[in-house]
Amino acid sequence: MTTRFAPLPTTASASNAVASTTTESIVFRPTPQQAYLMRIGDSCLIHAQRLAEWSGHAPILEEDIALTNLALDLVGQARALLTHVGKQVGFDEDQLAFLRNERDFVNFTLVELPGRKAGRDFADAIVRNFLLSAWMNVLWARLEASSDAEVAAIAGKAVKESRYHVAHAADWVVRLGDGSDESARRMRQAVARLWPYAAELFETDAVDTAAAESGLGPMRVALKAEWDAIVAPVFAEAGLEIPAAGAFRSTGSRGVHSEHMGYLLAEMQVLQRSFPGGVW
Amino acid sequence: MTASKTDIANAQAQAHEWPLWEVFVRPKAGLDHKHCGSLHAADSKMALQLAREVYTRRQEGISVWIVRSDQIVASDPADKAMLFDPMEDKVYRHPTFYELPPEVGHM
Repeated sequence: MTTRFAPLPTTASASNAVASTTTESIVFRPTPQQAYLMRIGDSCLIHAQRLAEWSGHAPILEEDIALTNLALDLVGQARALLTHVGKQVGFDEDQLAFLRNERDFVNFTLVELPGRKAGRDFADAIVRNFLLSAWMNVLWARLEASSDAEVAAIAGKAVKESRYHVAHAADWVVRLGDGSDESARRMRQAVARLWPYAAELFETDAVDTAAAESGLGPMRVALKAEWDAIVAPVFAEAGLEIPAAGAFRSTGSRGVHSEHMGYLLAEMQVLQRSFPGGVW
Repeated sequence: MTASKTDIANAQAQAHEWPLWEVFVRPKAGLDHKHCGSLHAADSKMALQLAREVYTRRQEGISVWIVRSDQIVASDPADKAMLFDPMEDKVYRHPTFYELPPEVGHM
């Protein structure tokens, strides 16, 4: 929404004046290279938002802290990328995160799916975290050789973080998949729910082609073999079957999101929209 | 008579509680691992990961040790007076009565 609500009418003194209750959205047209980086940055950001929802709700206190630690790593990666793109287009990281509309977010649909409500559970959080952190780990390793020095530097730091994310998530995948009948059943259900959305991680479009041609980063499809090499052995050890490939393709990376995205953004953006420029 | 460590561990297992682990963190190379707390975890692998999450997330350390709490043999608090009070008045156990040549500097 780019509508700005009029201030609420007030007849009292100026000290009682009520500020506008929303803030205008920002819009910019990214180049393919910028869109490539925003896809990664937005996916980190929205994934972090979903992980942070576990704060206070994880099965044990220690894992509660672990999930939010992972979220903070991802927020750091998102900040770095959004700041980098923002410098090129005249916006700061907060404006890009909190003042863009849904259609201008280009994260994968996988990361915006509900994590712990709507019939989902801890298994969903673990499976998604594993599928995504494996993808991120392969990507960051490649981006260390990016033609963009800033991106290469960001990747150098992020690749270490993502390596731990993979280890942490893989440990839980095996623990639950090869655990009790109940935990295995829930893991199978989570895999069935989430796997169709993993296909988007390996789609190809003009953005991928442009990024690969300019040496900015690899096409998504080029990450598939290494991703499989991480995912397959862990699934095997966990006793989980890898579902057959389907025809469904999610479209978050093109800005067309699931019905869950609007609610997520409303919660994530409300503070900055209500108090523009608010800082800690 | 208090319950033994093994009794407690067995009771935990029966109650489907994960065992308790003690966490030791080394703040930097050359320093000792210091006890910094405890946590529950299903096994040593999980305990090590969770120790990293809970106790080193603000750059507190570069190395972590974990030990099953029921594997630690501890002195009985009731024996405190017997074990430690006799040392109270034996200042000569501290090597503070030597005159050090200035060349030695701080020891």
